[in-house]
Amino acid sequence: MVELLEALARGLGRGSIYALLALGFVIIFKATRVVSFAQPAFMLAGTVMVTYFIGTLGFWGALVAATALTALLALGVERAAVRPMVGKPPFVVAIITLGVDVAVRVVVNGYIGNDVRPMHDPWGLKAFDIGGITVQQRHVVIFVTAAIIVAALFAFFRYSRMGLAMRAASYDQEAALAQGVSVGAVFAVSWAMAGGLAAVAGTFAAAGESVDHLMWLTALVALPVIILGGLDSLAGAVVGGLIVGIVFEVTALYQKDMPWLGGNVSVISPYVVMLLVLLVRPYGLFGTREVERV
Amino acid sequence: MIGRPLLHTDYAKDMALHNTFSKKLVFWLIVLAGLALPQILQDTELHLLSIGCIAAIGAIGLGLVTGYAGQVSLGHAFFLGVGAFTSAFVSGDPAGRVYGLGITNLVVWLPVAGLVAMLAGVIVAPLATRLRGLYLALVTLGLVFIGQHIFNEWAKMTGGGGVGRSAATLDLFGYSLSKADSIGTPEQKIFWLAFLLLLIFAIAARNLTRSGVGRAFTAIRDRDIAAGVIGVSLPKYKTIAFAISSFYAGCAGALLYALIGHIEPGAFSLVLSVEYIAMVLIGGPGTISGAIAGAFFITLLPRLTRDIQPLIPFISTAPDEMPNIYQVQTILYGVLIIGFLIFEPRGLVGIWFRIRSYWKNWPFSY
Repeated sequence: MVELLEALARGLGRGSIYALLALGFVIIFKATRVVSFAQPAFMLAGTVMVTYFIGTLGFWGALVAATALTALLALGVERAAVRPMVGKPPFVVAIITLGVDVAVRVVVNGYIGNDVRPMHDPWGLKAFDIGGITVQQRHVVIFVTAAIIVAALFAFFRYSRMGLAMRAASYDQEAALAQGVSVGAVFAVSWAMAGGLAAVAGTFAAAGESVDHLMWLTALVALPVIILGGLDSLAGAVVGGLIVGIVFEVTALYQKDMPWLGGNVSVISPYVVMLLVLLVRPYGLFGTREVERV
Repeated sequence: MIGRPLLHTDYAKDMALHNTFSKKLVFWLIVLAGLALPQILQDTELHLLSIGCIAAIGAIGLGLVTGYAGQVSLGHAFFLGVGAFTSAFVSGDPAGRVYGLGITNLVVWLPVAGLVAMLAGVIVAPLATRLRGLYLALVTLGLVFIGQHIFNEWAKMTGGGGVGRSAATLDLFGYSLSKADSIGTPEQKIFWLAFLLLLIFAIAARNLTRSGVGRAFTAIRDRDIAAGVIGVSLPKYKTIAFAISSFYAGCAGALLYALIGHIEPGAFSLVLSVEYIAMVLIGGPGTISGAIAGAFFITLLPRLTRDIQPLIPFISTAPDEMPNIYQVQTILYGVLIIGFLIFEPRGLVGIWFRIRSYWKNWPFSY
């Protein structure tokens, strides 16, 4: 029981990271109807920037700086590679973001070098002891940070002028344009937000560990998350992220009892959950059912 | 009908495999070139071209499901892997470290590899037929990850992650293609085999696309709901598309690794799937010749970048310096995909179309 509760705590920490990543995907999808495969590259870029800044700026300073710079990078990518493709089929744009991802990651990998880059965050692997249950500090910090960010995002979409514009544009681009919403600005803000979210998520994913060339695979777990929650649902991204995080850690806990599945089965558990959910609900848990005309 | 190549006087001529004289001419020129090349080129280049031929078979398969039927599949690497391991299993040594049946004949293991991969495709198809567009792409992405896990963990079959097993042997009724003899060097013989197989698979695919099934594919791609309304059964044809595409992938996977000699489970990752997507998109989606051109382009790209490296002084060949040749290669790959999609969405074939219509309309070519 203690083990299970500890796994749940770890799962919530991990799930918060996935939720932040998934929010980035969903924000881009809602604005542009495109799944951006460039998110892994942004995540890696932001995380590597933090490892370079952390010596001079401290952890939070480095995080803010890296988030801002990654948002700028995402803005540039959107302007250069994605904006020319407005009106093209979503799949084509998705493949373009895949190309962006490959190109950006090569440059970032150059900055990682042949070794791993240690994170040197303030928490490391230190842990609290709550009534006999060991909870790692980094998981608490990421959960709280994610909660604050999610609350701020929802408030932004609900109350700010830009948030309203973004909701309008995601509902009907042409109608929004006719009402004076700058759809271009909506695209830019969406990409910048997604880039920033990826940087934050990546930094916390690497907290207590180090950054290496394979870290981008973490960001791909956000794909089963958004499918699980529904491609166009912000709440779905958060709930899906937490579910996938918990499933991941619980599978990791019990996989020694199921040796026939092979080691590291937790790594593919998100994809299995995704397949099972899609068999029952083809549009995810909270996704809007597509209405199609011939 | 020379001079009026587009004038078809009956239906059969319109639907013919080579419906214009120039297509027929180019086809036979390519066949001639394929027969002559092994006498002209070095063995290392022949090896690269053989891999290009086999990759083209895989790309045609993906082109059928993605280019013709419009179902975006990122799971091609999984089917390639299934084919590769099935062929290695059939041809492997029964007394060895991993499972094997000891049937080394290519005529046996090639179809078996294709059929097993096809079976895998049919099993996945019910899920795929329920989904559309991006959902489908992401689900097939999941397939790659699950497949990689199985390949890594089922050590008795695949040799295990990081280790792998030796691939199928190139053996034709007891006649080994990988030993030099009076007919030619191994590379020459393998090239002829690869070229012959590419011809067979390409003609079969071209034939399929001009049949009723092929027209159903294009109808689904252009507007699936409209296709359903006019009586094209979506589940049936999507399943057929996935089955055929997986069959091609299985055969390509088996042959590809028979040429390379060793299979490592880590090879069947998302990167491989993206490589095949790039072949189809750069070559020209929705054409067989495009898939072939794209496959050769992507296979020869590393060689090309190595050849132009001396011309660009600031790129180094040492792997630990910053703009090195490997990084340039990978970036080029991403940039090429972006460039083709933005500037020439019809791919390499599109460039040819442009040249052709320029001369066809000359002197009014604008």
